[in-house]
Amino acid sequence: MTTPQRDRSRPINESLVFDLPLSWAGYRINKMCNSLTSPENRAAYQADEEAYLAAYDLSPEQKALVLARDFGGLLDAGANIYFLLKLGVVTGNGLYRMGASMRGETYEQFLATRNDHGAV
Amino acid sequence: MGTLIAGIGTSHVPSIGGAHDRGKQATPAWRPLFDAYVPVREWLKEIKPDVAIMVYNDHGADFFFDKYPTFAVGAADSYAIADEGFGTRPFPAIRGDLQFSQHLCESLVYDEFDITVCQEMRVEHGFLVPMHLCFDHDDTWPVASVPIAVNVLQHPLPTARRCLRLGQAIRRAVDSYPKDIKVVILGTGGMSHQLTGKHFGEMNEAWDQDFLDRIESDPDSLAALTHQEFMERFGAEGIELIMWLVMRGALSAGASRVHRNYYAPMTTGMGLITLEERP
Repeated sequence: MTTPQRDRSRPINESLVFDLPLSWAGYRINKMCNSLTSPENRAAYQADEEAYLAAYDLSPEQKALVLARDFGGLLDAGANIYFLLKLGVVTGNGLYRMGASMRGETYEQFLATRNDHGAV
Repeated sequence: MGTLIAGIGTSHVPSIGGAHDRGKQATPAWRPLFDAYVPVREWLKEIKPDVAIMVYNDHGADFFFDKYPTFAVGAADSYAIADEGFGTRPFPAIRGDLQFSQHLCESLVYDEFDITVCQEMRVEHGFLVPMHLCFDHDDTWPVASVPIAVNVLQHPLPTARRCLRLGQAIRRAVDSYPKDIKVVILGTGGMSHQLTGKHFGEMNEAWDQDFLDRIESDPDSLAALTHQEFMERFGAEGIELIMWLVMRGALSAGASRVHRNYYAPMTTGMGLITLEERP
């Protein structure tokens, strides 16, 4: 017999768990992010962001989230956090900056909550 | 024949790689992490494994969601270093053991694990951080490796029990290998971390320490947990800990602990345990 692995009535830390429905919804976002694993593509993104995004056929809503650097919104739209980190590299938003914005804090406020922020 | 001599459970947090590459090992904030691996490297030099089986997950460096394997096993003589979005780290290519890999793949499939066999794989921080924490290198690595990538990103994931059983099947493959080689297995990832939503950065040291206790002495109690229970304890991304069960499943119940460490400076509990088979 199959043991249920998830209880969707009990969200994990008030966040979404990346599963097949989310992955399908965010497929184009993640595909665009995935392309940023070559230096040539990172340079092309930084040279002309609009043209780069156009090649990945994002919906207007998805594109607006990228341009707004709305990382929480992107996660809700199906971006996977590890793929989003590649977008973070080309836009100057590392993991901790993304996390601070998800928490509604400045980067400095977020660092002050850590056990030893010397280990950034 | 093949002999499985030891297992290692370790976090593979990418910032460890950044600290390593920037030479920050001796800074106050990083010493509690890096110092713990000095005796591990010394120990590995003494027990001299020929092959390290690295159980890790890719973070979008080599695999994409167009086709996403649950378990992917390397079967090549060399594995390139991937660019996961911030450049290619300056390491020598990972040396493979083609013959052993091919035996492992055949044994796992006939043992009813329907793995994806990969004759090209590029490895990234999930693999590389444990590698450079545990092994020194010059222009080559002192050990050959077999990468085993596990889907811990896109649910449905393999169950914790399935991961333990994969480890048991790996052990049968090592035991049935005709050549005299010594094998270590590393289960990587975790510990507690939550990287999405307003609880970003939450960790849980009490559950992490409990996991370190149980992975040594009562892994069955961890294999019985659902993904829901794992994520409620360790956070959504802490589900990576199921990969430690692959390592533990490959060892016998009586394997004895050699090292243990825990440090949680920023957003992820960084754990370490090593277990050695009694001769």
